[in-house]
Amino acid sequence: MTDTTSTTPRAKKRFRWSAVFDHSILILGSLFMLLPVFLALTTSSHDNVEIQREGLKFWFGSDIDENFGNAMFEKGGFTKTVTGMTMLMNSFILGIGFAIGKIILSMMAAYAIVYFRFRFATFAFWMIFTTILLPLEVRILPSYEVIQSIGLTNSYTGLIVPLLASATGTFFFRQFFLSVPEELVEAARIDGAGPVKFFIDILVPLSQTMIAAIFIIMFVYGWNQYLWPTLITTDEGLFTLVRGIRQIIQAYAEGSEIPEYGQAMALALIAMLPPVAIVIFFQSWFVKGLVESDK
Amino acid sequence: MKRAGFANYWLPILLLLPQLTIIAVFFYWPAFNAVQSSFYLQDPFGFGSQFVGFENYADLFASKEYAKVARFTLLFTLLVTATSLATALLLAVKADKVLRGARTYKTLLMWVYAVAPPVAGLMGVMLFDQNIGSVTDLFAWFGYDYRLGVNYWDTAFAMIIVSVWIQIPVNFIFFLSGLQSIPQHVREAAMIDNPSGFGRFWQITFPLLAPTAFFLLIINITYALFDTFGIIDTLVKNNPASNPMTLVYKVFVDGFRGNDMGGSSAQSVVLMVLVLALTIFQFRLLERRIHYT
Repeated sequence: MTDTTSTTPRAKKRFRWSAVFDHSILILGSLFMLLPVFLALTTSSHDNVEIQREGLKFWFGSDIDENFGNAMFEKGGFTKTVTGMTMLMNSFILGIGFAIGKIILSMMAAYAIVYFRFRFATFAFWMIFTTILLPLEVRILPSYEVIQSIGLTNSYTGLIVPLLASATGTFFFRQFFLSVPEELVEAARIDGAGPVKFFIDILVPLSQTMIAAIFIIMFVYGWNQYLWPTLITTDEGLFTLVRGIRQIIQAYAEGSEIPEYGQAMALALIAMLPPVAIVIFFQSWFVKGLVESDK
Repeated sequence: MKRAGFANYWLPILLLLPQLTIIAVFFYWPAFNAVQSSFYLQDPFGFGSQFVGFENYADLFASKEYAKVARFTLLFTLLVTATSLATALLLAVKADKVLRGARTYKTLLMWVYAVAPPVAGLMGVMLFDQNIGSVTDLFAWFGYDYRLGVNYWDTAFAMIIVSVWIQIPVNFIFFLSGLQSIPQHVREAAMIDNPSGFGRFWQITFPLLAPTAFFLLIINITYALFDTFGIIDTLVKNNPASNPMTLVYKVFVDGFRGNDMGGSSAQSVVLMVLVLALTIFQFRLLERRIHYT
């Protein structure tokens, strides 16, 4: 028998200090990312008075059902009409509505720009492109006034549609369509396929992975919106979970009685769970989409 | 555009119409309004407005408070960008190097991407709280009386830490994918030429990563300027009074709290110019971007 270990040095059980060092750094980094959320989870399982007296908790207590139950089902807010469930539903409407709207609009626009010869192509491209110059945060006040003058405040339309006015998705699909081999469209034309047929039967199926990737990124983006929902929705029935965070902070700042720490942490955890779960489960699509879209 | 494009006249216009309509109504109209109202002085009670030319801009650049906010924004952006880039680079290099558990580390280091800034801000409010905060306890243990929302620099510290926490994942993902795209033969050649890990990193790996790093630099500056709004708003608990704030936060505070439409619009336009400069800078870099593979 020859010595097989010498040809595969990696399999050799040799203790290396540098590996220990590398792992220590990675473990420290992972802990830094995990610890705040772990503390939120453990603290959310304790009674408010206990938290007020002893500070954030490093281990689980017995009030986890109560805090999560209250966060989800207790009617809160000024009007005492909304529950966490309402906000959860609104968050899903915003996240999914935004992602789907973005995909449809930007696929159509990118298809027009890449596959058609027409006079306004360059003009349309630049009109869309210019939107990256001015994030919503910068033009927030005039945007709010426009929505108000159209009468779209406190509506799902007013919440979702103005967020769609950006170029990100269009660029992503433009880039992808440009990488699709030229021969495909030539072959389709020889076979007599028109532009609509080519789009639906060839391009959309070809883009499936890309659509999934952009859906994840856009869903997370929509779900996590804060400033826009804060301005547009004053009706609590339309609050999203992330918007609800602002109410918690306000109650916390007024602070005459003991704040509901446990419940606040529970709501924060519920607000991060769906987007985090999607990013973890569809990790490879998400990473692919992120790395390729931003280039 | 594809060489073999379709030559249909109405279809492309029809396809572009929804996107262009939304952009026209919700982007160009408000953007135009911002530029316009930056030249006017609005009556806070809504009784018309008066053309004042560049007065709003002159007031802005003469304002000591604006200068203070601008200085803080610069410092904040520098610190957040540098810290999160450096931390993410270190973690990506190590995650690329280890043989065991690489996938687990990757997941553990990137999931925070999906956490909303204000949610992170709320956790920050708790962690840095004067009564219950664990970080405050840690500071007290070192004999420092940490006071979030009261002491200017204490609040700034919390803002920077929370902002860095949120931004590490994106940087990590891009650095790792940059590292993994370095071909195996380049790595092996580098290994032979330069057996010292440290020297190899600075002489070979880092220059190969430079395009990714430049790209991330822009992304991070944009993030620190605009996307940290939720973090700042939660950490100051709706009460910006004596706390540090960034330029974007001031646009919001002046416009909605102070009812100073003209001033807020002038600030928007200043930020617009800033983003324009950043975008031009980014494109110059992209043009020169070197591909090694």
